Amino acid sequence: MIEYVIMIFLAISVTFNMLGSIALHRFPDVYTRLHGATKCTTFGTIFATFAVILHAIVRLKETGNPKYLQMALHSAVALLALLLTNPVGAHAIAKASHMSGYLPKRAVVDAYLEKRREKRNE
Amino acid sequence: MMFLYATILIGIAGLIVLLRLLLGPTVSDRVVALDTLNTLVVAAMLLLGAYYERAIYIDIAIVYALLSYIGTLIIAKYLQGGLT
Repeated sequence: MIEYVIMIFLAISVTFNMLGSIALHRFPDVYTRLHGATKCTTFGTIFATFAVILHAIVRLKETGNPKYLQMALHSAVALLALLLTNPVGAHAIAKASHMSGYLPKRAVVDAYLEKRREKRNE
Repeated sequence: MMFLYATILIGIAGLIVLLRLLLGPTVSDRVVALDTLNTLVVAAMLLLGAYYERAIYIDIAIVYALLSYIGTLIIAKYLQGGLT
């Protein structure tokens, strides 16, 4: 029974990772590519971690080996590290590419550019 | 066994991302592709740790996630105009 739950989690993970990697080729711009790739791969990796934690808990109940408890706890730490660091990295890339001159392609309003110009004129 | 199949599929996704890393017209595209590839490697490392039933692979995944974060931040700071 719990095997099917693990299988569904793995299917969600693989689907979202695939969609995120295809989004890198389908979008026209740095910012839209960042939007597609980062969100989808973070969501997919969260579900991969859930599958590993569930598998480790099931094996811990079957065998009682403390190795599986270590596996579950360290997977939780990896999930926490990924959740804390991945959005910050994406934000840093977006700000850096805007500062280095790659502006969004078909943008009608670019509020950050106007703010930077006002700051430069002061 | 299903963990191995999921790892192979994530590896195929990594190859698709690697194509964008090689093709990317600007530097920012390559940085985005590198960040995505790092996340995919962390996911593959976790799934391999569950397949081989060794907890040391998961420790490697934690260290790789933190090091890739530091690398992304340093490349972003370099793009903004120098490392000073």
